[in-house]
Amino acid sequence: MTISPAAATDAADTVFRVRDLTKVYHMGEVDVHALRGVDLDLVAGELMVLLGPSGSGKSTLLNILGGLDTASGGTVHYRDQDLTHADEQRLTAYRRFHVGFVFQFYNLMPSLTARENVQAVTEIVPNPMTAEEALALVHLQDRMDHFPAQLSGGEQQRVAIARAIAKNPSVLLCDEPTGALDSETGILVLEALERANQELGTTTALITHNADISGMADRVVRIMDGKISSIERNTTRVKASELSW
Amino acid sequence: MGVLNRKLWRDLVEMRGMVLAIALVQVGGIATFVMSLSTYDTLLIARDNYYRDQRFADVFALLKRAPDSLAGRLQAIPGVERMQTRVVAAARLAVPGFNDPVIGTLVSIPESRNPELNALHLQQGRLLSADRDDETLINESFAKEHNLKPGDRITATINGRRKQLTIAGIAMSPEYMYAIAPGAVFPDFKRYGILWMGRTALAAAYNMEGAFNDVSFKLEEGAIVEDVIEQLDQVVARYGGHGAFARKDQTSHRFLSEELKGLETMAAVFPVIFLGVAAFLLNVVITRLVNTQRNQIAILKAFGYSNLAVGRHYAALVVVIVMLGLAGGIAVGIWMGKGLSALYMEFYKFPFTDYYLNAEVILLAALVSLVAGMSGTLMAVYRAVRLPPAEAMRPETPATYRTTIIERLGLQRLFSQPTRMIARHIERRPVKTLLTVGGIASACGIIMVANFQEDAIIYMIDVQYAMSQNQDLTVTLIEPTSRNALHSLAGIEGVQHAEGMRAVPARLRHEHRTYRGSLQGMEPDGVLRKVLDSDLQRVALPVEGVVLTDFLAELLAIKPGQSLTVEVLEGNRPVLEVPVAGLTSEYLGVSAYMQRATVNRLMKEGDVINAVFLDVDEWHSDRILRELDDMPRVAGTIIRETAIRSFHKTMEETILFFSFITALLGGIIAFGVVYNSAHIALSERDRELASLRVLGFTRGEVAYILLGELGVATLLALPLGYLFGYALCSYLSNQFRSDLYRVPLVLEADTVAFASSVVLVSAIISGLLLWRKLNRLDLIGVLKTRE
Repeated sequence: MTISPAAATDAADTVFRVRDLTKVYHMGEVDVHALRGVDLDLVAGELMVLLGPSGSGKSTLLNILGGLDTASGGTVHYRDQDLTHADEQRLTAYRRFHVGFVFQFYNLMPSLTARENVQAVTEIVPNPMTAEEALALVHLQDRMDHFPAQLSGGEQQRVAIARAIAKNPSVLLCDEPTGALDSETGILVLEALERANQELGTTTALITHNADISGMADRVVRIMDGKISSIERNTTRVKASELSW
Repeated sequence: MGVLNRKLWRDLVEMRGMVLAIALVQVGGIATFVMSLSTYDTLLIARDNYYRDQRFADVFALLKRAPDSLAGRLQAIPGVERMQTRVVAAARLAVPGFNDPVIGTLVSIPESRNPELNALHLQQGRLLSADRDDETLINESFAKEHNLKPGDRITATINGRRKQLTIAGIAMSPEYMYAIAPGAVFPDFKRYGILWMGRTALAAAYNMEGAFNDVSFKLEEGAIVEDVIEQLDQVVARYGGHGAFARKDQTSHRFLSEELKGLETMAAVFPVIFLGVAAFLLNVVITRLVNTQRNQIAILKAFGYSNLAVGRHYAALVVVIVMLGLAGGIAVGIWMGKGLSALYMEFYKFPFTDYYLNAEVILLAALVSLVAGMSGTLMAVYRAVRLPPAEAMRPETPATYRTTIIERLGLQRLFSQPTRMIARHIERRPVKTLLTVGGIASACGIIMVANFQEDAIIYMIDVQYAMSQNQDLTVTLIEPTSRNALHSLAGIEGVQHAEGMRAVPARLRHEHRTYRGSLQGMEPDGVLRKVLDSDLQRVALPVEGVVLTDFLAELLAIKPGQSLTVEVLEGNRPVLEVPVAGLTSEYLGVSAYMQRATVNRLMKEGDVINAVFLDVDEWHSDRILRELDDMPRVAGTIIRETAIRSFHKTMEETILFFSFITALLGGIIAFGVVYNSAHIALSERDRELASLRVLGFTRGEVAYILLGELGVATLLALPLGYLFGYALCSYLSNQFRSDLYRVPLVLEADTVAFASSVVLVSAIISGLLLWRKLNRLDLIGVLKTRE
């Protein structure tokens, strides 16, 4: 089922509103058009999967949504804030108080333990959960004092999720969170994300090139060559534990 | 910010090797800085306090003999606050158990009290007692050399008459801090002593009853020294005045001032180089360190840390490193400063040893280091935070490599793939390579300076004593004597050759410039004493005219062909006009040379000499010295060998201390630069190198790619370092020019070789340390994580 993006959502609950978004990278002597006019809305509480092959522009879209990157053209609104014209200071505040990130390569601070990696975030936001609570949510209460080098890939990624959700963000943006993991470990990670989405009501956008994951989403957005090629709504969400690939 | 602080500490511990290397260079720079400046301050303050406490005079005058009644007229000269007449006599001394000739200067002091001017600082014993005429005080360095104590006895031959003296006390005086025999170039504490005797006793022994031959003045505040001297000269002219002179021309003060000037140069040049290199290193290392943390900076930003917070975090990292270097540098600097100050104070006979450290010195050192560290950090952090986090987290776009000139010339077949990688890497980042080369080159230059001083000293000794002054003994006569005296000296058994000389104290003048020195009348065909030019070729003394040391000509701004005014300061004090016939190049002292016969003619005095150079058979030298000692007309004898020894000793104590420190710190810099460059190169390229290993390159090949670049940088740095070292030495040689000595710019091959070795060894040690790290490269780990 394909529907037009604007009609799919109720304007009052819209967390992100993206219109005609473009992004051009100048890589050395080459121009790369990563996004060529994207329109998309994200509704509060939903879990959206962005599906696309590598190079399709999905990471770029996610980075712009998270205030990690700036657009070349078009507009992005987070609720009533215009992110496209926000200055560095406002983007910093936006990331600090509203967004949780999970990256494919975990990006933990190697010199900090699991607990401290989470604390690095909880220290700078109001009303966070404790690092211990966040790590318990991802079932890592027993590994809190280990350094990243002492944790497996899946554990590291779960620390990264705990770090992202500990601040009680409004949105959780995950870039290939299972990309570097085997399916068994990947499912553990997805369960953690699912739990955050359902128990905390965090609006979640998840990037993957793995179509098997799309079953757990409310909506699946497919991206090709910098444009949205289709948006599908799942009538029922499959539990993360029931996924396999 | 508790967690970030923990990250900071762990990062520091993780990078401890690099942190230590940087801190070490910082320690070197700051320690030299603190040592030099604090020693300089300490000596300056100590000198001024000493001068003030002992009421060191402002103006001095020597004359032949003036009645005590003249004192009133001298006191009345406008600008004079206080004055003091004295009897000063030259004497030969005999110390029990020591056979070498010893000469002394006897200075009168009031019986039983300290003089009002040039007061003595009593170290041991007591002042003279009023009712005895055979007591003396002796200077501390002389006492120490001969282990003399109060109560010991010493014999002085004054005017040909022997007098037994008992030592009442051991003293120091600001007038003889640098106790140097008249005519000598360097002090010889063992063979020259200062004896202070009661005025009445000394006057009786020297036929100066009711008269004086030396006067010193303390001037009123605001008095003009030149005016006082002019008036003074007029008053004492008819009493055989030798020309009054200001404190700045007083021998001891001048030597001390030159030494302080040298120290000031050292304090200005070396710390600047060290701090500069340390700062540069800090800057480079911190910049690259921050670059390697680019990804972590991006993540901190992604979490919402502000640019300011990130900047503060890295600033704190640098502050810790800088503080480590600063604390170590200040501690080592104080330790070395105390040592060096004590060395100087001992050498110059300061009666106290307080050490001063100006807070400004420390603040300045801290400021320079912090600015250097911070500018690097903030620039790098700024570059990192300027990028949107998403971009900073992406691996940097592949660096643009180009084919090198080797390949463009079609020479690649001559070079292996790894060699070509080295060449491309160097060519891609020429500035980075250049900075590394610059750092290593400055280390090389500094080490060269250390040895340059030794080279220069050896060369000076060689020229002064082996080529120019071939005499074994220099005998000075108490007054101008007929040349026939030469025959009686030449007749002593064992004397192989004797040459006479006539030296006349004179004020040399050209236009408004003057120099107080002497006119040296030499035998034109003499073989013992030769006047050399800068090519070490003998300068022929013309019948008419004077040959000047080039530096003296510079001081007087006079050129060959121009006329020099010679105001003779003895006898009838004639004023002569003599053409400058040529220049000579000498490193010790300055002189005006003429043919002896010409001097005799100008002085209208007949065929006379007042010094004799002797070439003696070594077997007979002890007996010859004894015979000379018994001759009443002999004022003193200087032995060449002991002159060379005392010269060595003087130089070793002062300059060589610096040389050692310099070589050590140069080595530290070389190591710091090479080790850090290599270490950073590894951390920047570990992925690339691990990939090569995965592709089947051997450890040796990978090490070659990494270390080859450093090898090239080191080899490029050496010639550059020689140039830098040469420039530095030439600067120092220029700074050290004075009428007392000029340090020639001599760089021996072994100096260059030594500097090269220190640099190469530092590089090799760094290479080995890196090789170990390279062998532990985690191939899988490196490839699994992102940059």
